[in-house]
Amino acid sequence: MNVSAQQLVDHQHKQQLLWLALVAMVLLPIYYASGFRVQGVFDASSWQVMGQFVDGFFPPRVDQEFLQFVLRASGETIAVATLGLAGAFFIGAPLSLIISRALSLSEIGPADYCFVCKLLRWPFRFFALLIRSLPEIVWALLFVRMTGLGPMAAVLAIAVSYGGMLAKVYNEIMESGALEPSRALMLGGAGRLQAFFFGVLPSVYRELLSYTVYRWECALRASVIMGFVGAGGLGQLLELSMRHFQGSEAATLLLAFFLLVLLADGISALLRWAVR
Amino acid sequence: MSSIIEAPSIRLQLGGATILDGISLHVEAGEQLAIIGPSGAGKTSLLRVLASEWRSQPAVLLFGKDPWALSGRERQGLRRDIGLIWQKPPLPPTQRVITAVSAGKLADWSLLKSLRTLWHHNDAERIQTVLQSLGIADKLLQRCGELSGGQLQRVGIARVLYQSPKLILADEPVSALDPSLARHAIDVICSHARQHQATLVASLHAVDLALAYFPRIIGLRAGEIQFDCSPADISTAMLDTLYAGEHAAMAFTNPTAIPVARCN
Repeated sequence: MNVSAQQLVDHQHKQQLLWLALVAMVLLPIYYASGFRVQGVFDASSWQVMGQFVDGFFPPRVDQEFLQFVLRASGETIAVATLGLAGAFFIGAPLSLIISRALSLSEIGPADYCFVCKLLRWPFRFFALLIRSLPEIVWALLFVRMTGLGPMAAVLAIAVSYGGMLAKVYNEIMESGALEPSRALMLGGAGRLQAFFFGVLPSVYRELLSYTVYRWECALRASVIMGFVGAGGLGQLLELSMRHFQGSEAATLLLAFFLLVLLADGISALLRWAVR
Repeated sequence: MSSIIEAPSIRLQLGGATILDGISLHVEAGEQLAIIGPSGAGKTSLLRVLASEWRSQPAVLLFGKDPWALSGRERQGLRRDIGLIWQKPPLPPTQRVITAVSAGKLADWSLLKSLRTLWHHNDAERIQTVLQSLGIADKLLQRCGELSGGQLQRVGIARVLYQSPKLILADEPVSALDPSLARHAIDVICSHARQHQATLVASLHAVDLALAYFPRIIGLRAGEIQFDCSPADISTAMLDTLYAGEHAAMAFTNPTAIPVARCN
């Protein structure tokens, strides 16, 4: 059968329309289920209420006493985020190595005993899924029962929930990289960990590093949120100021927070430049 | 003499297609043999089976053992005696040449020792000597991604020479080198194998190189062995049949015109 070029193009066009229709069919019910109504964004009265609140932000409070508070709280927030992420690293890095198929000896061949090994990987995959499925704020509320109010609960919450995330993403980064170098080493008799350090890590350490620094930035944000449930730091100050309608204090705190994220961004850029 | 490779009429099937069909191969310790044949004949697949990367039916015996009947740990122990030279060496682009070469010894090292090596090399002299023999001594501290295809291929060779295994399997080891360098590199590999009583199996695209350097030649076509003899017993007619339909066959009637294989 002869098909003209125009017919081919028309056919392709029809397929594109079909995909578009499919996407719309999925997205529309989602829109209604979410409870979000776009007209609310354009409602003048709701803007007015928010405007009054934001109006109180100016000028920000910058007296020395308060700035000292803010400085100490920022230090606390950085400490919580850093310690939490360090904990997450020690949970996530080993987990990602265990659940990774990239370093599987039994996939070569494949060898007979692979069934058992595959089976062994599932509980760890499930564990990683489980600990990251709860948001860090929920973990914080759980740990507050254990350790009482304070930064301890926030550190543990970040360590656990981000540990699961790091495991998943580290694993995906490793599996997306070239598998041949590590396989070549294992075919020369090297062990899984040796193959990781000599075959996988050199190709992916930049991605791993940059993702880890990004997670640190997320941990900064998360530690602020957890301040709202009494975990100290900038978040707790922010919550107090908001509750007492101290807009000028809130403005200073938000500014401090903005500077923290800027700092994280700078560190990320610096690290990527250093290991380029 | 003990047998290093014992292939009892092996078959390899991948996705329903028969890649290797009844290969019988017996290789004694210290032997050097070249596999030649048109592209798609199964040269690389055969090497992958011999490297215990793929499983054939029945299994190939390596050093008198069926690798697939061993436990995982024993199989890794067996693999430490096998060194692979790849057509395109799988080396991470950011890795330094010295690290890439030293990785050849990983199987002999504990995890701690290999991590120490990442931190600080203490066998730089020997690695330098190996690189020197291949003419890339000045690349010691360069990163693999900065090297040309030919230099990278020689780093791959250097790794295996440094590993010094009992069985060297080389898949088109000199395909990215120009003719004189290719001869030199083959010479280095062959004399290393002789010195260390290692067994060498190499697939080669360049027929003249195979005939010049290897005492035993295997002609592979469509997954079957066409001939297995010394180069003296190979006639032009045999090569014509082996490469029938390939450009190299026509070139062979005039031996000086045989193009040495290049990576394209």
